[in-house]
Amino acid sequence: MKRRPAWFAVLLGTALALTLTLLTVPIVAIFVDTGPRQLLRSLGDESATDALWLSLQTSLIAILIIVVIGTPAAYGLATRRFRGRDLVVTLIELPLVLPPAVAGIGLLAAVGPSGILAPALQDAGIRFALQTSSVVLALVFVASPFYLRQAQSAFQALDPDWLSASRTLGAGQAQTFLRIAIPAAAPGLFAGLALAWGRALGEFGATLMFAGSFRGITQTAPLAIYDRFSTDFDGALALSAVLVAVSAAVLLTVRLVTGSRWEGVGVAAR
Amino acid sequence: MTHRPMFVTLLTTLAMLTIGCGDDGIAKTGTGDAAAKGELVVSAATSLKTAFTTYGKGFRGARVRFSFAGSDMLAAQLRQGVRPDVFASANTKLPDELFAAGLVQKPRVFAGNRLVIAVPADSSKIRALGDLTKDGMTIAAGSESVPVGAYTRKVLARLDAAQSRAILGNVRSAEPDVAGIVGKLTQGAVDAGFVYITDVEGTSGRLTAIELPAGLRPQVAYGVAVVKDAPHPAQAEAFIAGLLSGAGRRALREAGFEPPPPA
Repeated sequence: MKRRPAWFAVLLGTALALTLTLLTVPIVAIFVDTGPRQLLRSLGDESATDALWLSLQTSLIAILIIVVIGTPAAYGLATRRFRGRDLVVTLIELPLVLPPAVAGIGLLAAVGPSGILAPALQDAGIRFALQTSSVVLALVFVASPFYLRQAQSAFQALDPDWLSASRTLGAGQAQTFLRIAIPAAAPGLFAGLALAWGRALGEFGATLMFAGSFRGITQTAPLAIYDRFSTDFDGALALSAVLVAVSAAVLLTVRLVTGSRWEGVGVAAR
Repeated sequence: MTHRPMFVTLLTTLAMLTIGCGDDGIAKTGTGDAAAKGELVVSAATSLKTAFTTYGKGFRGARVRFSFAGSDMLAAQLRQGVRPDVFASANTKLPDELFAAGLVQKPRVFAGNRLVIAVPADSSKIRALGDLTKDGMTIAAGSESVPVGAYTRKVLARLDAAQSRAILGNVRSAEPDVAGIVGKLTQGAVDAGFVYITDVEGTSGRLTAIELPAGLRPQVAYGVAVVKDAPHPAQAEAFIAGLLSGAGRRALREAGFEPPPPA
C-alpha cells in the first residue's frame, strides 16, 4: 500500500469538517431549540396538522403525476435520438435552477387568472386561482425535473443490447419498456422520486405567489412555518423539525430500499 | 488505515469549531457588513416602500438600506437578535411591545393611513362592502399577525356576525404582507382585497379603492423607533426627525399617507 502524503489528508479532512458543520449546524439547531414537549404541543395544534396533511396530500398527487407522465417521457429521451434533443433536455432541466419566485411569476403569467392560457382554460372550465390544484401544479413544475433527470440517466445506463434482445425474443416495445426497462432502472427511478418528493415537500415561493396561503386549502407546511415565524417562533421550529424528520425519512427509506446501487446509476451516463 | 490522518483532522476541526462557537455564545446577528460600510439600515413595513424609497434617496445623513416586509416579520427578526437602526411599523402595537421588551427606544407615531377595499380597475363586481358577502366572491386579506390583516379583522368584528362570517368565508388567501394582497389583486386571482389607500395609489390606476363607511374604519397609525444598540444612533434619529417634519414627511404625503392621527 502506497502511503499518501499526510498534508493532503489533513486538507481533505478540514474541508469535510467545514462542509459538515455548515450543512448540519442549522439542522441540529432546530432540534436543540425544540423540546419534545414543544414538538408534541405544536403537533396537537390543528393548523399545524392541517398544513402537514395538506403537504402530504399535494406532494403525493404531484409525485403521482410526475411519475406517470415523466417515466415514459424520460424513457423516450434516453432511448431515442432526434433533432433538438439537447434543447429538449435543457428546457426540461431549466426549472432545476430557476428561483422559486420566477417559477411563481411564470405560472401566474401562463395559467393564472390573467395569464396567456387563461381564455383557453376558462373555456375548458379550469381555473387555477388560489386552490389546492394550484399548489399541485406548482409542485409538479418545480419538482418534476428532479425525477426526469434521474430517470433519464437510469434508462440511459441500461445496456441497449438488453432491450433489443427483449424485442428479438418477441416482446413489443411497450412490453419491453414495462417489463424490462422499468424494473431494471427501478433503483434510479426511486432515487429520482425521492429527490422530487423532497423538493415538493419543501416548496415555498412558487406556492405562495401562485396559490396563496390559506389554511387547509393552500397553506402547506413550509407556508405555515413562515406564517408562524412572526408570532410563534417555537411553533415554527417544531413544525420545521417535523419537516426535517419527514424529509430525512424519505431519503433514508430510498437508500434502504434500493441499496447503494442507485448512486452509481444516477451519475453514470451523464 | 490509510485514511487515519483525514479522520483525525475531521475530528480536530469539528472540535475546534465547537469550542469557537462556545466562546461568545449567541453572536449578534445581522447587519454587520452594512454597519461597517456606514449604511443606515431601516426595517420598514411593506406599505411604506414607495414613500421610504423616495425619502431614502434624498437622505443626506447616510446611505440608507431598506428591508421591507410585514411589520410582524420584522419585529420577529428583532426579537431573534437582528439589529437594524430603525424599525418602522404599520401599527403602534409592535413598536410598543418591542419598547416594553427593551429592544427599541421610545416609539413615535409618524403617519396615518386608511384601510380600504381594493378591486381591479376593470371590475364592476363589487361596489360596496356589502357585495363582499355574496357567494362566490373571492377575497385576499392579510394574515392575522400582520397589521393590515389585524385591521381587517377589526373592521369585520364591527359588522354583524352573519355578514362578518360571510366575508371571512370568501377569503381565499391570508397573505404575509400588503405586497402579497396587491399581487393577487393585480393578477386577477381575487375579486377584492383589504389594503391601505396608499397601496391602491401605488398601482398607478390598476386598482380602484372603495372606501369603508366612516363608522367601520379602524384607526391606522404608523410607529417608528430607533433600535436599541443601533449601529448608527445619530443618523437613525435624523432619519426619524425627517419623517416627523421634513423630506420624509413630504414623501409620505405625496404617497397618500395621512398626518398621524391624534392619540
